[in-house]
Amino acid sequence: MAVDGSVERLRREGRIVVVGASLAGLRAAETLREEGFTGTLTMIGDEPYEPYDRPPLSKQVLLGRVPADHTALPRRRAIEAQWRLGVAAAGLDPTAKRVALANGTSVEYDRLLIATGVRSRPWPNELEAGLDGVFVLRTMDDATRLRHRLKAGPSRVLVIGAGFTGSEIASVCRERDLPVTVAERGPTPLSGALGSVIGDVAAQLHHQHGVDLRCGVMVTGLEGDGAGRLRRAHFSDGGTLDAEVAVVALGATRNTEWLAGSGLAAGPRGIACDAGCRAFDVRGIVTDDVFVAGDVARSPHPLFGYQFLSLEHWGNAVAQAEVAAHNMICPGEERRPHLWTPYFWSAQFGVNIKSVGVPNMADQIIVSQGSLGEHRFTAAYGYQGRVIAAVTFDQAKWLEFYQRQIEQAAPFPPPFTTVDRRTEGMRPVPAGFPDPSVPTHGPQVTVSGHSPTDQRVTFTPA
Amino acid sequence: MTSVALLGQILDYANRADPYPLYAELRRTPVVRDESGPYLVSTYWEIQSLLHDPRVSSDIRNLAPEAKTGPRTDDPDLPPSFIRLDPPDHDRLRRLIMRTYGPPHSPRRVYGLHGEISGIVSGLIDRFRGRERIDLVDDFSYPFPVTVICRLLGVPQEDEQRFHGWADTVATAIEPPVGTPDEQEAHWRAIREAHHQLADYLSGLIEQRRRAPREDMISALATDRGADESPMSLPEMLSNLTLLLIAGHETTVNLITNGMLTLLRHPDTLKQLRADPDLVIPLVEELLRFEPPVQLLPERTTLDDIEIAGTTIPQGASLWLVPASGNRDPQRFPEPDRFLPDRPDNQHFGFGTGIHNCIGSPLARLEAQTALAELVRRLDNPRLVEDPPPYRHNAVLRGPRHLPIAFDGLSR
Ligand SMILES: Cc1cc2nc3c(=O)[nH]c(=O)nc-3n(C[C@H](O)[C@H](O)[C@H](O)COP(=O)(O)OP(=O)(O)OC[C@H]3O[C@@H](n4cnc5c(N)ncnc54)[C@H](O)[C@@H]3O)c2cc1C
Repeated sequence: MAVDGSVERLRREGRIVVVGASLAGLRAAETLREEGFTGTLTMIGDEPYEPYDRPPLSKQVLLGRVPADHTALPRRRAIEAQWRLGVAAAGLDPTAKRVALANGTSVEYDRLLIATGVRSRPWPNELEAGLDGVFVLRTMDDATRLRHRLKAGPSRVLVIGAGFTGSEIASVCRERDLPVTVAERGPTPLSGALGSVIGDVAAQLHHQHGVDLRCGVMVTGLEGDGAGRLRRAHFSDGGTLDAEVAVVALGATRNTEWLAGSGLAAGPRGIACDAGCRAFDVRGIVTDDVFVAGDVARSPHPLFGYQFLSLEHWGNAVAQAEVAAHNMICPGEERRPHLWTPYFWSAQFGVNIKSVGVPNMADQIIVSQGSLGEHRFTAAYGYQGRVIAAVTFDQAKWLEFYQRQIEQAAPFPPPFTTVDRRTEGMRPVPAGFPDPSVPTHGPQVTVSGHSPTDQRVTFTPA
Repeated sequence: MTSVALLGQILDYANRADPYPLYAELRRTPVVRDESGPYLVSTYWEIQSLLHDPRVSSDIRNLAPEAKTGPRTDDPDLPPSFIRLDPPDHDRLRRLIMRTYGPPHSPRRVYGLHGEISGIVSGLIDRFRGRERIDLVDDFSYPFPVTVICRLLGVPQEDEQRFHGWADTVATAIEPPVGTPDEQEAHWRAIREAHHQLADYLSGLIEQRRRAPREDMISALATDRGADESPMSLPEMLSNLTLLLIAGHETTVNLITNGMLTLLRHPDTLKQLRADPDLVIPLVEELLRFEPPVQLLPERTTLDDIEIAGTTIPQGASLWLVPASGNRDPQRFPEPDRFLPDRPDNQHFGFGTGIHNCIGSPLARLEAQTALAELVRRLDNPRLVEDPPPYRHNAVLRGPRHLPIAFDGLSR
C-alpha cells in the first residue's frame, strides 16, 4: 500500500522538526524515538537552555530552595536530536515544508511539530514595563532575576493579577516574610479559573498569611524615579502604593506570531488543531504534516461539547505531545485522539490545589466533601445538570473519582452519599464566574466568493 | 446474580500456601457476592476505583446490621483507630500522626533510622555465625521490625519482648474467628486482655514522655499541640499507637519472609541481586505486587448503592477488596504470575491506595530493602529446606510461620 509504504519510509529516514524545545517538544521527541522513529530529528528552541521545567519556577525556585538552573527536565531516554538552541523559528512555508530561522537559515521537514507554548503577557505600557523592578515570570531567566531581587529584601512587592501564578508568587513572598500587595481586577483571587465561591477561600488564604489583597481594582500605572527604578503604583480607585518590585501576572499570550502568513489557523488564542493534534489551516481544513502540542494548541474536546480548549497545564502538554508524536509517524487508522481530561495543580499558602475538568464552563458548584471554612474540601462543578469539573483543596486523593464522574457525564448535583459530607454541601450555588460575554481577542475571519470553487477564506490575526 | 463460596476457601488454611489460583477464579467475576454475605472485588481497576470512591466507608458502624460478621477487632474501650474511620475524623488523626512521622514537619524521621536499621540487620545476621541452618522468621524477620518500630516509637529496649507478645495476640484479631464457639470466645478474651495490657503500658510511657520528651515519635505525639486542630486525646493516642505497632511489624515480617522465599525460589534473581545490590529497589516493589503481606482489605462498606462492573453493591454491604488478586490481574500487568524484579510500570496495591494508603510505606521499603540486600550478600549458598514452608494462620496478613533456610557460611 502506497501510503503505508511512505509512512514506513518516514519512520525510517524522514525528517521531523520540532519547534519549541521545552516540555511538549521534549516529550514528543522522546515518544518519536520510543515508537521507532529513526530519521533526523531537529529541535528548535529560542531559549539557550536545554528543556527545563516551569512549575518549580514560581515555587521552589523563588523560595530559594532550588537554583533556577537545576530544573532541567529529566530525560526519559536519549533522543539523538540536532539541537538548534538560542535561535527562534521566524517563519513557516508549509508548501515548501520549510521553517525559516531568525538567523537566516532554514530547515526542511517531512513532519513538523509546533510546541512554542505561551509567554507572559507583558505590562501594556512599554515604558513602564521597562522600569527596573518590573518583572514577569515565565522563563528560567525571569525566575533568576526575580529571585535575586526578592533575596535583596524589597520594602514591598506588588503582584498584579491573582491567578495561579500571581497567587503563588504572593505566597512565596509571604514565606520569605516580604510585605506583599496583590491587585486583582476580579472579585477574588482565582475567580477566572475557579469562580468566586472558591475564590473566596483563596482570598481567606491570602488574608490569613498577611497578604494585602485588593480585589476589584486595576493597576492603572507604574511610576519610576529619576533613575528608572519602580517607585509607585497607581490604582483605578485613585489609590497609590509604594513598591520596589512589581510582578506582572496577567496571563499569557500564545507564541504564534512567527506563523503569520503561513496559512495556519494560528492566532493569539493558539493554533487550532483536531483531536489528533493536526493543525488546521485558515480555511478550517486539517493539515496532514503539521502537528501541534502543549500550551500553544487549541483542540476540540468531545466531553466538553467539542469546544476548542486551550490549556496551560503541564499534564496536558505531556499527554498531547505523546499523542502528537504517535500520530506523526502512524498511518490514519492507527492514530489516536487526545482525550485528556484537563487536570491542573497549584501550591500556595501551604495548600495543595488540584482541579480536573473545565471549571470555568460551569454555572453551579457544590461542596461535595469537606468544608470551605476549613480550607479542605472537594467541590464539584455542574453545567446543565452534569458534572464537568471538580477542585480539591488538600483533598487530592478524591480527584480521580470525580474525574470519572466527569468522563461518565454523571448528573449534577451528585445524588449520592459520601464520606465527609457537611451541611454546606447539601445545595448547589452559583459558581461565580465572570460574565462570559467578555470581549474576545480572536482573529477576524472573512469569506469571499460565491461558488465553492472561488470561495476564499481570509484570516486576519488580532 | 450468582453467588460463590470462595471466601471460605480463601480463609481455609489449606489454601494458604498458594491462594493465587483462587484469586484467578475470583477474577472471572470482578464483583461478586460471596454466599457468606460479603461482596468480593478482585480485579485491578475495580479495586482501584473503589479505593478512591468517597461512597466507600472504612467505618464498620456504617455496615447494615445484617452485614455485620465477627465482633469488633479494635479494643472496645477505645475509639476506633484512624484506619477504621472516615474523613473528617480519619483525616485529622492521620494528619496529626504525619506531623510527627513524615514530611513536611518531620522529614527525617524515617531517613534518620537508616544507620540504625543497617546496624540491627548486621547484628541479627552476625548471630547466624557457626550455624548451618536458621529459621528466618524466628531468627530474623520477627525480631528485626519489632526492634525498629520500638526505636521509632521510643519503647525502651528492655520492654521489646513484652511488646512483641501483645502485638502478636492483638494482630490475630484481624481475621474472622475459627473453631468452636468456646474457642472463639477464648480467642476474643485473649485479644481483649492483650489490648488492655498494651494500653496500660502505653499510657505509662506517654505520661513519662510528656514530662520528659525525647527524640521519638511517642514524645512528639504526646507533646504536639496540633496546628489548627485539637491534638490527640489519650484514648486516641492509645488506639492509634496500637495500630502503628501492629501494622508496623506484622506486615514487615511477612514482606521480608515472603521476599526471601521468593528469592530462594528464583535462584537467578538471587544471583542477580548479589551482583547488583541496587536491584533491591525495584525488586521490593515487585515483591509487594507478587507476594503482598496484606492480601485482603476486609469489611469496608458502602454509603450508597454503587454500580461497578455491571453489579450494584447495595448500601451498607460488607465489601472485601482483594488487592493481592488485583496485583495479579492480567488486564493490568503483563505476565502477572511471573516475578520480574525490574518490572516497569509497577503500580501495585502492596500498600493500598487512596486516603488509607499505608503511611508506613517509606519505613517498610527501607526495612525490606536493607534486610534482603544484606541477607543475600552475606548468606553463602542459601537454600530452602522445605517448600512450601508452614504458613501462619492469618489469611489477611499472609506469610510463612517458619522459613527454615540452610546455608554454607557467612560472608563479612
Ligand atoms: C511559573 C509557572 C508555573 C507553572 N505552574 C504550573 C503548575 O503548578 N501546574 C501545571 O499544571 N502547570 C503549571 N505551569 C504551566 C506549565 O509549565 C506549562 O503548561 C508547560 O510548560 C507547557 O509546555 P509547552 O512545552 O507547551 O510550552 P512552554 O513550556 O511554554 O515551551 C515553549 C517553548 O517554545 C519556545 N518558543 C516560543 N516561540 C518560539 C519560536 N518562534 N521558535 C523557537 N522556540 C520558541 C519558548 O521559548 C519555550 O521554550 C506553570 C507555568 C509557569 C510559567
